[in-house]
Amino acid sequence: MAIVSRGFTGRGRSIGPELPPGQYLTTDFPVLSAGPTPRVRTESWQLTIRTETGQSSTLDWAALTALPGEDITADLHCVTKWSKLGTAWRGVSLDTLLGEVDTAADYALIGCYGGYTTNLPTQDLLDGQAWVAYRYDGEDIPPEHGGPARLLVPHLYLWKSAKWLRSIELSDEDTPGFWESVGYHTYGDPWREQRYWGD
Amino acid sequence: MARAAVLGRLTWHVGTVRAVRAETPWARTIVLDVPGWPGHLAGQHVDVRLTAPDGYQAQRSYSIASAADGERVELTVELVPDGEVSPYLVSVLEVGDLLELRGPVGGWFVWRPGTPDPVLLVAGGSGLVPLMAMLRTRAASGSAAPFHLLYSVREPAAALYADELPTLGVPVSYLFTRRTPPGTRRPIGRISLLDLPAGFTPDRHPSVYACGPTGFVEAAADLLTTAGHDAQRIRTERFGPTGGNP
Amino acid sequence: MTTPLDGNALGGALGELFTVDITAAIARCAGCQHTGPVAELVVYASAPGTIARCPSCDQVLVRLVRSPDRAWLDLRGVSVIELAVPSPA
Repeated sequence: MAIVSRGFTGRGRSIGPELPPGQYLTTDFPVLSAGPTPRVRTESWQLTIRTETGQSSTLDWAALTALPGEDITADLHCVTKWSKLGTAWRGVSLDTLLGEVDTAADYALIGCYGGYTTNLPTQDLLDGQAWVAYRYDGEDIPPEHGGPARLLVPHLYLWKSAKWLRSIELSDEDTPGFWESVGYHTYGDPWREQRYWGD
Repeated sequence: MARAAVLGRLTWHVGTVRAVRAETPWARTIVLDVPGWPGHLAGQHVDVRLTAPDGYQAQRSYSIASAADGERVELTVELVPDGEVSPYLVSVLEVGDLLELRGPVGGWFVWRPGTPDPVLLVAGGSGLVPLMAMLRTRAASGSAAPFHLLYSVREPAAALYADELPTLGVPVSYLFTRRTPPGTRRPIGRISLLDLPAGFTPDRHPSVYACGPTGFVEAAADLLTTAGHDAQRIRTERFGPTGGNP
Repeated sequence: MTTPLDGNALGGALGELFTVDITAAIARCAGCQHTGPVAELVVYASAPGTIARCPSCDQVLVRLVRSPDRAWLDLRGVSVIELAVPSPA
């Protein structure tokens, strides 16, 4: 049982009724990373979508930004307990991206520049729940926050909103991603506090 | 005194602050009594954990500054700009407070008295702290091993242990990077080949310990291998971007 | 905050799981066979877990996740680890 440190309050934060259990509100935007920040130029950026039947399609930056974009306001909940509310992004809905893709696959494995992966049910990418974001707060997404493009799936813990997005692999099998294979919950619903295996 | 390389898992200890000592306007030493402390080796560190009343926790690592001395552990903490833990340790913690620490940690970046080899210490900013533990351990043990300290620091006011260093019988070369005392021969600048001391050349096979911000340590290690030092004899400890995690 | 640390920063967390010091243990990268002390691994400690990468090829050697009462350790990137085991005096 940890002792309380007299006079320690930590970074400015508060607990709000609108937060998932165990979260603290922050006004910072912490950068968490498992490796060196990938530096990807939009000139060479590509997003590849592969289906369970082996079909694949690739978008370059021009193709991505030519698709109908949306302004998104999202609350972010990181499993390390900070939450940041009302963040402003612009991106393309996965409904749009996957709309032309012929798939019945149940699962998606998200792949990233730098090697990061995360997995989620295909259902959680659809129905207005997920975007490929390419602008944050009116500007290009800085590399440390996942630019040029990242996945945004605000209804799950932020580790599912993979930075430096590069591929979406649709499959009938659920393959655990980078954190899911070493203790983090396969699904990751912050409102049910699904942080770790077995939660 | 128990050797620190004892079989057993590390667990959290609770220390009581017995004294605090300002080292510079930006750093202070915290003297702790830690019941059950198993002793430590020079170069080891502790992980410090702070808990707010609502359960929020923050944790950072700090090198032990003191030579082993029963249940006494000294940490020297430097304020990190925009930090979360260092402002608490430097400005809020007071005598009588409790502090949780886990350790002693580390068996690589350590110096054991009884090793006769010459030792070159290379410190960047607060990277001096674990090297100070080595210097103090050397003094306490009566070791005659030749030591030399290269200390890169931005200006004299920021130099840690300024009064104690001259008393240790070891040459200290200050490498100021922003401001120097009047009459100093060495121009302001980062560590370079010219700063490497005669008498600690590769043919003497010194052990080298380099500690400080990641960028500093990597530059120093590159310099030393360029100068011909055996990479296997260089041990490093990186403190992150600013010489400490915020 | 992606400036990395080194394997010394793993010592505390791994010291709760192992009874011997890990920072001085010698590890071989399963990817490129680079062999060296855990203390020299490139460590990213700000993530939801702690990651240690090979200083030579950058491959992930160690993944460590802690919950209040559990630890998960993935060492698939390490092909072998050599530990010094002190004998009783």
